[in-house]
Amino acid sequence: MGLNGDEAAAYAVKQVNPDVVAAYPITPQTIIVERFSEYVADGLVDTEFVSVESEHSALSCCVGAAAAGARAFTATAANGLALMWEITYIASALRLPIVMAVANRALSAPINIHNDHSDAMGARDSGWIQIWCENSQEVYDACIEAWRIGEHPEVQLPVMINLDGFTLSHTLENVLTLPDETVQEFVGEREFMRVKGHMGEADFRLDPERPLTIGPLDLPDFYFEHKLQQVEALKKALRAIPAVDEEYSKLSGRRYELIHPYRLEDAEIALIGLGSTMGTVMHVVDELREEGVKAGALKLRIFRPFPEEALKEAIRGIPAIGVLDRAISFGAPGGPLYEEVKTALYEEDERPIVVNYIHGLGGRDSPPDLIKSIYKSLDHARIRGRAMEKVVYAGVRG
Amino acid sequence: MSELTLREASRKPDLLAPGHRLCAGCAEPMVVRMILKAVRGPTIATTATGCLEVATTIFPYTAWNLPWIHNAFENAAATASGIEAAWRAMRRKGRGPLSKYETLDVVAFAGDGGTYDIGLQALSGALERGHDFTYVLIDNEAYMNTGIQRSGGTPYAAETTTSPAGSVIPGKREWKKPIEDIVIAHRIPYAATLSPAYPLDVLRKARRAFEADGPAFLHAIVPCSRGWRFPPEKTIMVSRLAVQTCVFPLWECWLEKGRPVYRLSAPSEAVAKRPESKKPVEEYLSIQGRFRHLFQPKRRDDIIKSIQEWVDERWMQLLEKAGLG
Ligand SMILES: Cc1ncc(C[n+]2csc(CCOP(=O)(O)OP(=O)(O)O)c2C)c(N)n1
Repeated sequence: MGLNGDEAAAYAVKQVNPDVVAAYPITPQTIIVERFSEYVADGLVDTEFVSVESEHSALSCCVGAAAAGARAFTATAANGLALMWEITYIASALRLPIVMAVANRALSAPINIHNDHSDAMGARDSGWIQIWCENSQEVYDACIEAWRIGEHPEVQLPVMINLDGFTLSHTLENVLTLPDETVQEFVGEREFMRVKGHMGEADFRLDPERPLTIGPLDLPDFYFEHKLQQVEALKKALRAIPAVDEEYSKLSGRRYELIHPYRLEDAEIALIGLGSTMGTVMHVVDELREEGVKAGALKLRIFRPFPEEALKEAIRGIPAIGVLDRAISFGAPGGPLYEEVKTALYEEDERPIVVNYIHGLGGRDSPPDLIKSIYKSLDHARIRGRAMEKVVYAGVRG
Repeated sequence: MSELTLREASRKPDLLAPGHRLCAGCAEPMVVRMILKAVRGPTIATTATGCLEVATTIFPYTAWNLPWIHNAFENAAATASGIEAAWRAMRRKGRGPLSKYETLDVVAFAGDGGTYDIGLQALSGALERGHDFTYVLIDNEAYMNTGIQRSGGTPYAAETTTSPAGSVIPGKREWKKPIEDIVIAHRIPYAATLSPAYPLDVLRKARRAFEADGPAFLHAIVPCSRGWRFPPEKTIMVSRLAVQTCVFPLWECWLEKGRPVYRLSAPSEAVAKRPESKKPVEEYLSIQGRFRHLFQPKRRDDIIKSIQEWVDERWMQLLEKAGLG
């Protein structure tokens, strides 16, 4: 059916029929909340829809609901995500598998409602699983898979689904959907972690019959160990995600994995990136291949946990790598994705040339021509054997 | 409405167990224990950041013998909204772990900082949306957990570490924020004030709050021996004086035909009936170190007088609201 990215998210969540949806509007996420409230108004879901007074309360409400054993969903963008910042850390540390769609948008100031990744990158260390989508189909599929990934017994973490603001959130595309029953059967009932509480073993939730104290004060004697449990859980997600994905592929015929390599086998230059730009990038790869340029691309579907091994495997032997960042990390050596890719490659015997291309901030278009010029610049670096500049601001006036 | 007797309450197990690490003389655990005696059955509690939270849950220990969650400082009301919404959804669907409970008492505890100041937005949102939960403001009139800083609930002229009594400025310069007026303006079904000096009154009001259909607000005065600077054994005496001086009168308020109806509770009603029994605020102020600068080295009759006037004025307003003016 024809759906834009926001509608694809709302439709998938409708089919999942979670217990609680709490949300606050912000462009370009608003359509998700609007559509969902229509489903509620028409009785198509029996979700408790909580129209909160802020994003801070949206996520706080989801924390309460998820701790009480509910499936909880919210959606936001940009400043809304920034306002949630405090609670994003709490949601993951309390191991609550909340699902949140983020229609990625630039952070103020200056205020700008268009797409870049500065919002989600700001939350990258908050302990959430991050899925990045290239198109509405991926948004739909991710909004179904996310529950099973987050609720996986070895994971139990919140999941953030990123879709580029406007580029995806407001663009109508054909989306293949599954029947309601198939979705419901796939997501099944929520699974809980088993823990030892003061009344013996219990499901990790607020249970009047097996009381637990969730979110206690943790002093230096335990805090560090608890943080390591989060580290472990994210590591385990690297195995859980493909497992859930495989199951999902049997129902849908669509399989995503952690990364999506494109024409990399014999590539001499390759771009790595996230989100909708990667559609354009793959299109440009095809054009370049026709011109005889050995170009390739690597789309990261999962950014947290960072699929380091899969990424290294996919690009091994490629002499020049360009990393596309749609966010700035102010004062840092480069963009957030660039730094991680470079760190991952440091231990390699043969290290490629790595160039950072920061592009598309505040919704600036990244058309095929720009991507092509990025590949050209990368190819020059390959031929020269080094990059003239480590970080290139692509498509910006000087 | 089902009345709860002291005898019945004394037989119920404490849901806030002894062994917590709140200070000697702290009124918070007294009030919390009394309120939790009034729960009807399955209950889930949430607590904002503050003394109560940090002193009752030092991992791996806990004093809470009921399901309890701490989320953050400013969001107790939003967290409670989520818990209530989860229960409601599960009831509707007829599945999910909470679906079997016909009633669920959801209670949020927060300090004055977490209520008057940083948490006011979340509280207002939750009240406006009408979630069925009980919000308990445990008001020790300052940010005690972080070391006695002033809050919107700190009374005029009180000394705190961020409203120190200096040679030019004598303590806090603003009056206590009228939180109850703000809350009741949301037209919630039930609001009441509590003092640990009157346990039966606390039990009765807490039960009414749990039974209310929609949000209920309980405002408890919880004297803090450390922050108010009085000996720990005087907590109940100070709690009682707050009521007897009408600094913190006891009343309850519910809606009839959409309008708030106020009723004074027995200890305050007694003062209303015999105005001559109303104690001067000086009696309350002079036993607390946080007001010492009003008496030493030089008596500040001007300030004491203005506090008395403020208390009288608010008391008159309350009497009017209760139809006794
Ligand atoms: C967002 C945020 N700001 C500040 C703090 C620091 N903090 C923790 S408890 C507290 C004061 C709590 O005071 P109150 O709500 O009056 O409760 P009390 O401890 O006095 O019972 C503050 C300022 C925090 N935890 N979170």
